[in-house]
Parts: sequence; C-alpha cells; structure tokens
Amino acid sequence: MTTTTLDPMEAVARTRPRNTLGETIAQTLAMAWRATKKMRRNPEQFIDVTVQPILFTVMFAYIFGGAISGDVESYLPLMIPGILAQTVLTTSMATGVQLREDMDKGVFDRFKSLSMARIAPLAGPMVADLLRYTIASTLTFLMGIAVGYRPGGGVVGVLGAILLSIFVGWSLAWVFTWLGTVARSAQSVQGLSMMILFPLTFLSNAFVPVDTLPGWLAGFVKVNPVSHLVSAARDLANHAELTAEVGWTLIAGVAVIVVFAPLSVWSYKRHL
Amino acid sequence: MTTAVTASGLVKTFGDVRAVDGIDLEVRPGEIFGVLGPNGAGKTTMLRMLATLLPTEAGEARIFGVDVRHEPHRVRQLLGVTGQYASVDEGLTATENLWLFGRLQGIGSRESKATAQRLLAQFGLEDAARKRVSQFSGGMRRRLDLAASLITRPPLIFLDEPTTGLDPRTRAQMWDTVRGLVTDGCTVLLTTQYLDEADQLADRIAVIDHGRKVAEGTPDELKASVGDSTLQLRLTDGADGELAVDVVRKLLDGTPVATPQPGRITVALDSADRAADVLIGLRQAGIGIASVSVDKPTLDEVFIALTGHDTGEPEPASDEHTSTPDAQREAAR
Repeated sequence: MTTTTLDPMEAVARTRPRNTLGETIAQTLAMAWRATKKMRRNPEQFIDVTVQPILFTVMFAYIFGGAISGDVESYLPLMIPGILAQTVLTTSMATGVQLREDMDKGVFDRFKSLSMARIAPLAGPMVADLLRYTIASTLTFLMGIAVGYRPGGGVVGVLGAILLSIFVGWSLAWVFTWLGTVARSAQSVQGLSMMILFPLTFLSNAFVPVDTLPGWLAGFVKVNPVSHLVSAARDLANHAELTAEVGWTLIAGVAVIVVFAPLSVWSYKRHL
Repeated sequence: MTTAVTASGLVKTFGDVRAVDGIDLEVRPGEIFGVLGPNGAGKTTMLRMLATLLPTEAGEARIFGVDVRHEPHRVRQLLGVTGQYASVDEGLTATENLWLFGRLQGIGSRESKATAQRLLAQFGLEDAARKRVSQFSGGMRRRLDLAASLITRPPLIFLDEPTTGLDPRTRAQMWDTVRGLVTDGCTVLLTTQYLDEADQLADRIAVIDHGRKVAEGTPDELKASVGDSTLQLRLTDGADGELAVDVVRKLLDGTPVATPQPGRITVALDSADRAADVLIGLRQAGIGIASVSVDKPTLDEVFIALTGHDTGEPEPASDEHTSTPDAQREAAR
C-alpha cells in the first residue's frame, strides 16, 4: 500500500470506450484457459466424449449391422459417420448445460463487472470445447477401425470428416449456449436440448438408409441438417470427395453462428 | 472537482415492489461513504445499478462524471466491485483467480502474475496462494474478493456488506484494509447493516429504508439524532407502558421514545447521565422497573428515530432476493 496515490481524473482519461478485437480475443482465450483448468480438475467432464463413441459404435454395429446391411462390416461405412454426427451433437449440447450451471455462480458477477467483452465468457468455454470435439470424433473413428471399418477416403478423408464435424458441433454449440443464457436452470437446458437433439439425430439418415423410410418421414429426413452432415461426413470419410453436401453443411454451420452468436451475447447482457 | 458518484432519482422495481424508489446520492472523491439500512432496504440493488450490473429504470448516475447508462464499459474500468457473496472462482486457486481477472482486464500474463503475488502478500494470503478457493474460510474469501477488485487500481471501490457473516477479529482486519484503501487515494462506497461499521469506517452515511433515503450525514450527526446512548427498560407491569412513556416524554422534551413490545421502553439519550433522571422520574410516578440497561444506539434505534418503525423482518423483496445473481434473476422476471 505504498504506491503513488491515485488520481481519479487520470483514470477517467485512461478509460477506453470499447474493447479492441485483439483484447476480445485475449479475453476469450483467458476464459478458455479457465475452462480447460476446470476440465482437468473434473475429469468426469470427459465421460460423455469417451464413453459414448465407444459404447454406441459397438452397440449399434452389432445390433443393427445384420438387420440393415446384411452384416456388420458393410454397415460400418454407413454407421460410423452417423455416430460421428451424433457424438459431436451431444457434445455441443453439454456446452449449454455447463454454461448455465456456471452462470449461476458468483464469479459471473465479477465477469460482468469487469470491462471485458461480453462474448468472452461465452466463446471461451467453446474454444476449450474444441478439445472435447476432437476427442469424441477421433475416438469414434478409432473405435470404428477397431471393429473392422476401413474408411475408403483414407487419412485425408477421415481428417476432413473429423474437421467438418468439429466445425458443425462447434457452430451448433452456439444454439445451446443461447439456450443456456435464456433458460432458468441447467436442468431445463438439458431437457430442452434433449428434445431438440433426439429427433434431429434419429430422424436423419445417420443409422438407416433413407429409402427404407415412409415418404412423409423421408421428406423430413432429407431436409434435416443432421442428414447433410452425415452425408457430407460419408462422402469425405468413405470417398475423400468434397461434394455439395460438404458445402451445404458448412453454409448451415456458418448460418447458425451468424444467428445464434449475437443472440447469445445479447441475451447474456440482458440476463445477468 | 468531479464527484466520485452522483446519482439522482434512481428507481428499480421488481414486480410490484419498488426496491429502489428514487434515491439521490453524492459521494466525494477520497471519502468512505456508507449506505446503511436493514435487509431489503434496497442497498444492494442500488449498488448493482451504480456498478452497471442492473439496468436503471429511471434516474441517472455518473461515476467520476461518466454516465452509467450510456457508457457502462468506461464505468467498469473505474470500478472495483466486491459483492456480498464472494465473486471469485471456487474451482481455481487464489493465484489463478487473480491472474485470470488481470488477464481479462488487459494486463499481460507476466505482469498479471506479479500483481497477483503482490496482492496476495498485501492481503496475507501468500500461504493460501496455491489453494483452491473452495477450501477457503469466509474471511479469506472476502479478502481475496477485495484483492480481485484492486487489480487495476480503480479509483472507486464498491463494497457490498463487506463484513456480514465475519467473526469480530476478521471484521476488524477488514476495516483496517478498507481504511488502507482510502490512504491510497481510493474512494469507497460501502453498504452495511451495522451502525458501528458505518460509524467506524464512513466519513458520511446515508440511511436507506424501503428504497428511499431517510437521512444523510456524518456518523456524529446521525447519532445526534438518536442520542448518544439508549436506555432500555422493562416494566414490572406491562400495563404501565403508556403512563411511563408520558413520564419520559415530559422529562426529556423531544427525545424519541419507543415501545417495541408492551412493557418495554427504549429511550434515546443525549448522554448516559440522563438515564438517572428517567429512573427517578419513573420511581416518583410509582412505575416498577424489572430491568434496565444503557447501551450505545444500535441501527434499530436509528431506525426508530428516523423512520418511526422498527427495522423488523426482511421485506418480501429484500436484498436476499437481489444479492445473488440467481435470485436476482428470479426477481427480475
């Protein structure tokens, strides 16, 4: 307490009207650092991204393989990209639930009282979540390969599929982040998210060929964005092809970010 | 020179309850300003509005001349806020907390670490630097919380009930720390439920009740309004209450007398000597006394004197509704 005394007017003169882009990025990274610290100290946060791909790959391959494709091996090229999509989607859901939980803590009062960019507390955990998507999607392919999947697209195709699903998961996480900022409790975020995700993943071409479905259902399945992600991941992983599906999926992802990122920030500002 | 805080006509309602109902405030640079009031008076809500944590419904506020509503980002750079419930991260260590808050305010990584170390030393938390906050005691948390508010050396510090729930020794330490802030050139705005805290720390005090300011002045001025000490009497016969009040009023012209319960009488005295006059007066009137005590005036007496009613139980839309982000969110719905 021996430093020079403060001059308030000098402090006023030093204030700046807004954060620069560079400051916003630095703040987002600091918040990402906080999220990774939390992940390391609560390793149970990794259960969903490890157990789910392993369990679902084995389960679905042996249960549905024979019925849908005649045998397990011919089902795998159809199913693994489906599991990939399902896994990143459930992972993105956790983002919203955790944000809601986090926002109820006293430390968010401090975050709000600091002159930091309002997007940083939302975007920070999402940057850290890239780690979770990477684990989830890599494990899905490793597990697939372990049960006999031989991706025709080779290393490049598989990497492409992984990157695409990480991107889609990340962009969808903004939807759940927005839910996190508007919902009353972490539980309600969880409930709402399940209601959105469950039909989206199962009413898609993730696990079954569309031509086996009745016409009305096939109609929905074809416009379901998850179907586009699954088709795009199949094109990449099985054939290493950059098809229109890949393009549509990327556009859909960008559209989701453009809509839900500002909505989330706006709702976060209003809410706390 | 510009004021540290100027507020006029601040209003905030939660549902039907006017939590803050037109408060004016002026805090001068370099002073400790105390906002005194019971639970639910609107202290926390007012503080949160000044700190840009809650939007104002009506009225305006300036921090060192910067408008709270229109330039919240600049206001936040001038403020350190220490909440009623420690706003630090439970899952991180003390050092990590301070480092993070430094980084979030544009301080470089290395400098932020150095600042964290300096503050931990200053607040006697060096030994706990690597401990997670979840293992901290209440007093340690408060100190860390206050340390976190000082990282950027802001010229104005808000303290929301800084010692509520602390034991007397920790409370005295906290008081020393707050006094230290002012010698550094800080201005402090603190809320408290305790008259002695406001008395110990504040240069000036505003008394808030039901969202309105009911009095303002130096601690001496305020205490003068309730007398220097308080005489508490219990009568042997509760039915003598009114008679006793009459006697006391006649003896001590104009002093506030209250009967919180039948048979109990509270008298504000300008000096403890006058207690003898009251006792003699009651004896002469033939009123029996079961017990007598002379105390320093408490917040209750200030309130009885200033507002004519007891501090009583917390109001429905009390600070308890507004102090945690969670509850405050509920209340805001």
